[in-house]
Amino acid sequence: MTDFKLTYHHFSERSILMQWPQKIDKNILNDVLIFKNHLSNLNIEYILQINNAYNSILIIYKHTIDYINDEVSTLKTHYSDRVSIKKRACRHWRIPVCYDEEFGIDLDEISTTNKLSKSEIIKLHSEAIYTVFFIGFLPGFLYLGGLDKRLFFPRKNSPRFKVEKGAVAIGNEQTGIYPNSSPAGWNIIGNSPLEFFNREMEKPCFASGGDSIKFVPVDIKTYHEISKAVQNRTYHIESEVIDG
Amino acid sequence: MVEVLKCGLYDSIQDLGRFGVQEYGVPFSGAMDLNSAKVANSLLGNPIACAVLEMTIIGPKLKFHCATEIVLSGADLNPILNNKPVKMNTRIQINENDILSFGRRHYGCRVYMAVTGGFQAEFIMNSYSMYEHITSQSRLKIKDQLHILKHDKSIEEAHASLKIDKAQFQTEEVEVFKGPEYDCLSIKEKNLLFSTEFTISKDSNRMAYQVNEYFKNNLESIITSLVLPGTVQLTPSGRLLFLMRDCQVTGGYPRILQVSESSINHLAQKTSGDKFRLKCID
Repeated sequence: MTDFKLTYHHFSERSILMQWPQKIDKNILNDVLIFKNHLSNLNIEYILQINNAYNSILIIYKHTIDYINDEVSTLKTHYSDRVSIKKRACRHWRIPVCYDEEFGIDLDEISTTNKLSKSEIIKLHSEAIYTVFFIGFLPGFLYLGGLDKRLFFPRKNSPRFKVEKGAVAIGNEQTGIYPNSSPAGWNIIGNSPLEFFNREMEKPCFASGGDSIKFVPVDIKTYHEISKAVQNRTYHIESEVIDG
Repeated sequence: MVEVLKCGLYDSIQDLGRFGVQEYGVPFSGAMDLNSAKVANSLLGNPIACAVLEMTIIGPKLKFHCATEIVLSGADLNPILNNKPVKMNTRIQINENDILSFGRRHYGCRVYMAVTGGFQAEFIMNSYSMYEHITSQSRLKIKDQLHILKHDKSIEEAHASLKIDKAQFQTEEVEVFKGPEYDCLSIKEKNLLFSTEFTISKDSNRMAYQVNEYFKNNLESIITSLVLPGTVQLTPSGRLLFLMRDCQVTGGYPRILQVSESSINHLAQKTSGDKFRLKCID
């Protein structure tokens, strides 16, 4: 394993931020996740929790960190000793999305500005394979990498007061799904009938960092059928194990 | 049971917050002024993690349908029990049909009411703290009925008294550490940051506090990274965002400072128009 050059920052009384090079990159994500798993497998009693984003890990301790230098050198040792043991295999998920004009309220605008037909937009958006980097922003909001450059589109100048739960959207160089109705500054191109955050489940989100997803276009009839099945808890999201 | 006869400005059930679920994008939440919430529980002999009622600036009107004991701690909103003023930070005996209301704000912004045994609210992901889409409601509404957990007599041994330093509600000093992007600021900007008197804006809530003063800068956005309550973000338009308990778990604005744990509690007792200065303790 190649070691990345990391920085360590005493973030708050009880936390340390580790940062990898400033890049959105799958190799960096893999190393972040390997170290996060390694550290959590050590079951260190005084660590409360470990969270990650694209190129960073925040380690929250149970108590105030008195000797920051000692703690940082401990982390450095753990980093150089890291071994890749996966807690769970990464999965590839197929996410049904209805791009019908009933949902895709910003398709027209993207089509005009980016000089693509609506069907080209849908094709580009649903052909790509997206990497799940982490979950943040809202409960169940997946940060995805892999949007086709031709679909890049600036955020709205003033956000919409409310978008529907399941709205599939594009904001600058990113695409994502709003897990619940919320104010939104991104451009809405469709809607997915799935639950991206279920507070009743022990694991409230089906996807995790390192997984991948693909959007599968469905018509409005299929959308409503899936929606009903999701409500009745009879819908199984198609997925397969992949090598992370 | 406690019935809400009239809502205050913002009433919600809170505890020490929700941990271990931030990897799903779930905020920490919890009492804005954790210290006052802990004081209220401790004075009653409750475990500090018991659910309390957080009330903001204008208090609600509550009716007790059972006898119990309560403690009010934090902001002094002039609490009144059956038309008679009652003391802060003192155990108050409550009889069935008693009515608690509040008068004019004396100091602070948020008051906490603990009841013996703690409130029995929805318990989601290891916490009672209310938050939209996590609990069924994000704040109390009129006619809500708040149930109280049965308590074990053996835990009732309470602190006789706790001296509360009122200065914490009036301090104009907010202690901060340097944030991960602090060094992206120029020396001039750093100096300005610590010489400016900030005024809390009306756009301040449980997610974030904002200030009226704009802070011109040329900092670039960062790759979305992790934030905590107390993280101070600087937006390209020059807004300073002091993230509070209900903040998102990640963000893309430069994190120039981190407010100390005790100063988060102090900030939570301030409201729009209040002034403060930053003091670096790194």
